Amino acid sequence: MISLAGRDIAHAWGKFVFTGLGLGLLLGVTLVMAGVYRGMVDDGKALLDNSGADLWVVQRDTLGPYAEPSSIPDDAERALRAMPGVAEAANVTYLTMQVRQGGHDVRAMVVGIVPGEAWGAPGWPPALIAGRRLTRGHYEAMADIATGFEVGDTLRIRRNDYTVVGLTRRMVSSSGDPMVFIPLKDAQEAQFLKDNDAIVQDRNRTAANPAFNRPGVPGLLESVTASKSSSSAVNAVLVRLRPGADADETAESIRRWKRLTVYTRAEMEEILIGKLIATSAKQIGMFLVILAVVSAAIVAFIIYTLTMDKIREIAVLKLIGTRNRTIASMILQQALALGVIGFAVGKISATFAAPLFPKYVLLMPQDSLAGFGAVLVICALASVIAIRMALRVDPAEAIGG
Amino acid sequence: MNRMRISRRTLSILAVVIPLVAMLGYVALRSGPLAPVAVTVVKVEADALRPALFGIGTVEARQLHRIGPTAPGRLLRLRVEVGDAVKAGQVLGEMDPVDSDDRLRSQQALLQRTAAVLSDATARHAYAQTQARRYEQLFAEQATSDELLAARRQDLQLASAALAAAREDQARAQSDLQALRAQRAALRLVSPVDGIVTARDVEPGTTVVAGQAVVEVVDPRTLWVNTRFDQVSAGGLAADLPARVTLRSRRGQALEARVSRTEPRADAVTEELLAKVAFRSVPQPLPPIGELAEVTVDLPALPEGPVIPNAAVQRQGSRIGVWTANGDRAAFLPVKLGRSDLDGQVQVLDGLKPGDAIVLHSEETLSVRSRIHVVDRIAGVAP
Repeated sequence: MISLAGRDIAHAWGKFVFTGLGLGLLLGVTLVMAGVYRGMVDDGKALLDNSGADLWVVQRDTLGPYAEPSSIPDDAERALRAMPGVAEAANVTYLTMQVRQGGHDVRAMVVGIVPGEAWGAPGWPPALIAGRRLTRGHYEAMADIATGFEVGDTLRIRRNDYTVVGLTRRMVSSSGDPMVFIPLKDAQEAQFLKDNDAIVQDRNRTAANPAFNRPGVPGLLESVTASKSSSSAVNAVLVRLRPGADADETAESIRRWKRLTVYTRAEMEEILIGKLIATSAKQIGMFLVILAVVSAAIVAFIIYTLTMDKIREIAVLKLIGTRNRTIASMILQQALALGVIGFAVGKISATFAAPLFPKYVLLMPQDSLAGFGAVLVICALASVIAIRMALRVDPAEAIGG
Repeated sequence: MNRMRISRRTLSILAVVIPLVAMLGYVALRSGPLAPVAVTVVKVEADALRPALFGIGTVEARQLHRIGPTAPGRLLRLRVEVGDAVKAGQVLGEMDPVDSDDRLRSQQALLQRTAAVLSDATARHAYAQTQARRYEQLFAEQATSDELLAARRQDLQLASAALAAAREDQARAQSDLQALRAQRAALRLVSPVDGIVTARDVEPGTTVVAGQAVVEVVDPRTLWVNTRFDQVSAGGLAADLPARVTLRSRRGQALEARVSRTEPRADAVTEELLAKVAFRSVPQPLPPIGELAEVTVDLPALPEGPVIPNAAVQRQGSRIGVWTANGDRAAFLPVKLGRSDLDGQVQVLDGLKPGDAIVLHSEETLSVRSRIHVVDRIAGVAP
């Protein structure tokens, strides 16, 4: 028994391949779109994973530190270390800003981490792809490779220059901005210090105030000015639990006794994925649905046109007494073969196109498998119309024309 | 012929299908979670680590002389400008003496007067003495009465007392004059050291309170850097260690210095240790007081031992260690670490020996389940 579908495909191979290629590119776009959505979710998860924290302690009644601004005193960390269940606590600051390097600037999330020999402390990037970790307490930076910086580059953040000593990969904020890690004290300064003009104007304002600049009290003005330039707040404290400690229980006791807001990993994920990227995710989901519908329609059209092209041959087949089942299975097999080629081309093109996107595109194997299944189902359904038409054709057309 | 056509068609089909299948296989295995993680590998080296401490500080003067009047008054003149070099003992300015000079002249007149009074008392005393002696002789020859002799003796005592009073008056007037002169001298603002004027806070004509500074003088040889070291990484900080100072305005120029002393009090608010780092020689041009400086303090070299880059140090749960490449699998090896230096090298106390190969950089965080694939350089990193 020869395969009727195989013979037909082999007969019009070039046409078939080009159709499959076109379909494949369309499927590739659909897969990339799914990858964009997965990438957005993964950005949020990567942020949580890479921070290495079990609990996030933030300013009371805020959704900080990622979704809302939060500010807590930097000595709250020590009180937290004494709480039962807490193994480690580390101050951290986050500030999304433009980081300048040479003539251009890059949008990045500047993360302030506690320097020192704290290997794998919360907030630190777990792995580097080049260079080394921070060793000095000031003016060094580790940057994500997505920033385009290289080891040895000099960055400018506010008024200080930082030397890039290490590179990371996939260290991103929830919105996909690459991270730049700098020592905490510098980050606090970058976040809370006013610019020089503002400081000078503020000093002048204080000097003009007779309450602070009395002739009989030398030194008062200097003291008042000095008291203004201190920054001792951080955005959050990252807490790592002792093995076996219950996250919810520890969070509850911190909430109760320290009167700070605490989020567990699950709650943080809910904030990031459920709140922060919810609208964008819906937007992408909408696109995905539209693309899937368009792909299905196009597959249906293609199969229909392919069948129409050989309507005369089908009529001949019917004339020589071919069974309807054989004809139907031929069309179905062709549709499925088209789907397989399309999927293969789509998967390959999506994989090669993914790294070219400015934001992270994550192609998950389960998405690909689901996509493959969907393509086959769509192809099978699309072939139904063509099969119906083929079965209704009059064998007389073969001779009549 | 027929065979030929079929084979050509088969070839054209194979030409499309084989690459497609091959690429699909490649894509499925080389991307996504099935793909191996690219890592770079480095050998543990034997080296004598030279740990160093890094801190920042501001240039300050050990001795800052804030010169001002000891009593309230008005500034009359100021002869120096900011930046002028001054010598010890040089008069920098003067307060308005107001009535000091007049009081001085009055005191001088008083002194003259006491001199006149003294000479008057001296004359009287000499006369009284002569008289007393004469009456003593006369009385011895029975030529005068006892009463008259007693009167002369009393005159002499009175004259002696008056002379003593006049002498003390003169001494007092002399001391008063000296006190006035000293007060007058204190109105001059004098530099106590050889140095440089760093501030001129008040202009002539201004009234200043007692103790308020008019000019500020520092000795440039006493410039040092008040340095702050983060407490977490300040172990080993001690006096007399060699240091290098880089001024913010002169990047790339390291000035030789040494730790002059470590402060017994740390900063409790900023959690930093304080130390004073003095320059070995006075930097020229003089760094402005208050300029930010980066200070690197070199600690004594450690004994030679295995060292690894700090990027290789990883953590699994609460264990610290490194990953080693075992075929296409990664294995975690707990190690005990010692001190580290500022170039990112860490001393290994236990767990590794020189020559061992360990994973340095990895594309992703490794776990015991990761498949790895050793490369020279991770994709995307500039050579």
